[in-house]
Amino acid sequence: MITRTRTKLLIHAILIILVAVIAFPVIYALITSTLTFQQAYSYPPRLIPGTHLWQNIVEAWHRANFGRLFFNSTLISLVVSFVKIVLSLLAAFAYTHFRFRGRSILFPMTMVTQMLPLPVRILPTYQLMASFHWINSYYALMFPFFASTTGILLFRQFFMTVPRDLSDAARVDGTSPMRYFLQILVPISKTNIAALFVIEFIFIWSQYLWPLIVTTTADMRVVQIGLKMLLASEQIAPEWNIIMAGTIIAMLPPLVVLILFRKSFAEGIAMQSEK
Amino acid sequence: MPEDRFPGHRFLPYLLILPSVAVIITFLIVPFIQSVQESFYTSTAFGTKTIFVGFRNYARLFASPDYRQSIITTLIFASFVIVVGLSVSLAIAYLLNQKIKGRGFYQVALIWTYALSPAVAGTIWALMFAPATGIVPYIVNRLTGGYVLNWMTNGQLALFVVSAAATWKMLGYNIVFFLAGLQNVPGELLEAARVDGAGGWRTFWKITFPMLSPTTTFLLFVNMLYSVFQVFGLIDIMTRGGPGNATNILVYNLYRDAFIHLDSGSASAQSFIIFIVISIAAVVQLRVATRKAVYAR
Repeated sequence: MITRTRTKLLIHAILIILVAVIAFPVIYALITSTLTFQQAYSYPPRLIPGTHLWQNIVEAWHRANFGRLFFNSTLISLVVSFVKIVLSLLAAFAYTHFRFRGRSILFPMTMVTQMLPLPVRILPTYQLMASFHWINSYYALMFPFFASTTGILLFRQFFMTVPRDLSDAARVDGTSPMRYFLQILVPISKTNIAALFVIEFIFIWSQYLWPLIVTTTADMRVVQIGLKMLLASEQIAPEWNIIMAGTIIAMLPPLVVLILFRKSFAEGIAMQSEK
Repeated sequence: MPEDRFPGHRFLPYLLILPSVAVIITFLIVPFIQSVQESFYTSTAFGTKTIFVGFRNYARLFASPDYRQSIITTLIFASFVIVVGLSVSLAIAYLLNQKIKGRGFYQVALIWTYALSPAVAGTIWALMFAPATGIVPYIVNRLTGGYVLNWMTNGQLALFVVSAAATWKMLGYNIVFFLAGLQNVPGELLEAARVDGAGGWRTFWKITFPMLSPTTTFLLFVNMLYSVFQVFGLIDIMTRGGPGNATNILVYNLYRDAFIHLDSGSASAQSFIIFIVISIAAVVQLRVATRKAVYAR
């Protein structure tokens, strides 16, 4: 019994150290964001928070036009996540509830596109945007991301576990497939929808390469590119206090989404890993 | 083969998959095919004229020492992110899976790096390693009695720092999936092993680890995609491929050739090479995953 308690204490100790080590870079960034320029350059490096957090955030906000960038990133992340969820729900419904000609080709084709991330098709995708006159528009920032293999797989796996009795009962009652989908299937997929929302929101919010090349003016940029601008605008000594204030703005929304939906997210992932 | 749960609706399924299929064809498949095509052509600076050159773009790439170096850099970088990242995450997930108080707290406190973008991770690590003012060079300086750590001039160090930053950012994601995998390992199996007198270490390698292989291979693939490609923002923020070409991974080289040097033939060939790398990993993942599924049954 004593050894057991000891092992547990040891595990707690290791975990607390791990939590601290993993969190350290962000804590250090947080501290830096509260300092003045001089304090950020003090030697030895200062680890006591200062009082300039708000000034730094305001400064970063103005300097990188963060208000607009924040709006752009939020809008894009929300719209793309929503469309992805809807398209994957519909497709997964078709693949699990209907038998139709061509599905044995279409489903594998959908899966294979997992192997076609942006760099594998970057130039023609860019040229396509140019031919649509979509460069520097929300369309260019959104449309190429609408396909979701992850979503189709996630919902397909879940829909296959839905008992046949449920759809049979609906059919006998004369419920149309779409009503069954909207009133039964979608509501019972809540957890999976929330999990996919977390995954997609974080994924889209983090996009960097594509927004970098398809946007040309400051008002169409996203938060990630704003960070690059904050860093690059420095000639000699980077104003780390301002840059870290910007970094905190950039990391908050996805963190909030993850923490808000952490339960559904964990459950959705667990369901996905079964089998 | 799934059953037909609503027989008699012949057009509905097509309508349901139409949006997904349209997006996939327009934005993924067609551009990919065009990209492969373009890799066999060379074009004058503004694309006014294209000339068929066969495999010359590929030959040129493999003859270039810079490109070969970029392949090696990518391999080192990806191996670091995958091997170090997955081992550390698995160890942490294993600890988290023990029956201890405060598990919920530890889970949140250990997975949140997943929400950070590569660019954010890069910015924070650039601060930590900032020459002269960063906390890490300071500590190294004090510990070694004067060694000046400058990753902006030391290529090997720069590669190490970007690898470490990229690995750190992925820990949260890996832990989430390993934890989910561990929770699916049947408790009876572990209990049986204990009754048979197998120690913790043996039980882990003989039972837990093999049972985890679908999760492990999935994470291998995801981490490979991440380290080959999604990490672009981190590199662009931290080093822009430098110093020299020390952190010039394949995707960064591709970006430069496609959008700065405007060499579309070479860029398209590089796209195809990246595709080959991804395909190999995907096939390996698929084979391991299916083999294990049979074994586990």
